Amino acid sequence: MKFRGLVAATALIALGTGAVIAQSNPIAARKALMKGNNDGAKVVVAMMRGTAPFDASKVDPVFSQWAETAQKLPGLFPDNSKTGEETRASPKIWENKADFDAKAAAFGKAVADNRAKAKESLDGLKAAVGAVGKACDDCHDDYRVSGR
Amino acid sequence: MLRKLILLVLAVVVVGFAAIWFLTIPKTVSASALGAYSPNVENGRTVFYAGGCASCHAVPKQKDETRLGGGLALRSPFGTFYVPNISSDPKDGIGGWSEAQFVTAMTKGTSPSGKHLFPAFPYTSYQHATIVDLRDLFAFLKTLPPVSGKVRDHDLRFPFNVRRMVGLWKLLFLDGRPFDFDPSKSAQWNRGAYLTNALAHCAECHSPRNALGAIVESRRFAGGPSPDGNGGVPNITATKLKDWKAQDISFMLEDGQTPDSDRVGGSMGEVVRNTAHLSNDDRLAIGEYIKTLPPR
Repeated sequence: MKFRGLVAATALIALGTGAVIAQSNPIAARKALMKGNNDGAKVVVAMMRGTAPFDASKVDPVFSQWAETAQKLPGLFPDNSKTGEETRASPKIWENKADFDAKAAAFGKAVADNRAKAKESLDGLKAAVGAVGKACDDCHDDYRVSGR
Repeated sequence: MLRKLILLVLAVVVVGFAAIWFLTIPKTVSASALGAYSPNVENGRTVFYAGGCASCHAVPKQKDETRLGGGLALRSPFGTFYVPNISSDPKDGIGGWSEAQFVTAMTKGTSPSGKHLFPAFPYTSYQHATIVDLRDLFAFLKTLPPVSGKVRDHDLRFPFNVRRMVGLWKLLFLDGRPFDFDPSKSAQWNRGAYLTNALAHCAECHSPRNALGAIVESRRFAGGPSPDGNGGVPNITATKLKDWKAQDISFMLEDGQTPDSDRVGGSMGEVVRNTAHLSNDDRLAIGEYIKTLPPR
């Protein structure tokens, strides 16, 4: 009971901290989400490249994380988060916020539409991640400043 | 006395102009220099994808990389270049060109009408390609569909719009040397060096440029600001890629994912759409070579 309480409290604190970070530091929050996207991609890309065996049970959590990013991302670009922390967010985001949000939604849709297929087989995973990756590129090409 | 001085000044000016005129005559390759040969279209296809021709020459905002109607706007500090039509269309593309005219454009940067081409077209790299590869590429390009429509003229600021002056630029920055095969290195390394430098022209984007728009040699491959002023291009020497293996570079050129599983973006995404068509051996050769670039 005590243990459960501790876990619950920790979870609450973690959730709370996350929310606070998101509010007080949206740049750090969106960077953390994107880092999470990459960490997930690493898992499935290794399977696609044949450097790790296909494992359906490891695929779904990756899609969960991507879905979470797609859902949270549009709310993490308030007007006071245009610069700082070496952000690569392009100023165009705030000029075309509706289009930016639409592209985040398209990313979310690609994740949702391809989630089942990705778990079925390696070929399914390849097709699914290809479709999701295209959604990544569609937004990055317009709204992420290329890095050095 | 005054008359003599004026005559002397005039003579200097005339001789000066004559010298510049002579030095800036666009160079060509003659048909007789090419010799006998039988085309290998399949190798031409490899050269096409290694060279990334479609990245600039394909009609923008459509998916077919074999529609080489041009039209892409390349912004630069000198003005905007509009990429020409190199489809097989005989009127608007290069369908009417001879093989020698094509090799001339690729290695000397001279158009069939005998004018200097601007070095936004990276003949500084392509000049190192083998004549056989260039002829095979020409044979392959002829198999692609004609696309009609001439592309508008470049929109450059004076004095950069004076084509004849490109002749002086070439004296400084176009060395005219073939690719240096290094016998002390492996065949794979040499293949990688050739692909990277002669065909894929990686350094053309991954290096900073001087006030005349030429690569700063001491910083070749060290990355720099993006020519269009929007963001930057990464350093691809060991300084930045020390944690990458040759295989990581090869994978990235195939699926666009870095070892951190970030996705390469922007114009590198376009590059990957080309290099994905290369053989694993060729991609790995590029990786092996890139890994030997000295840190800068």
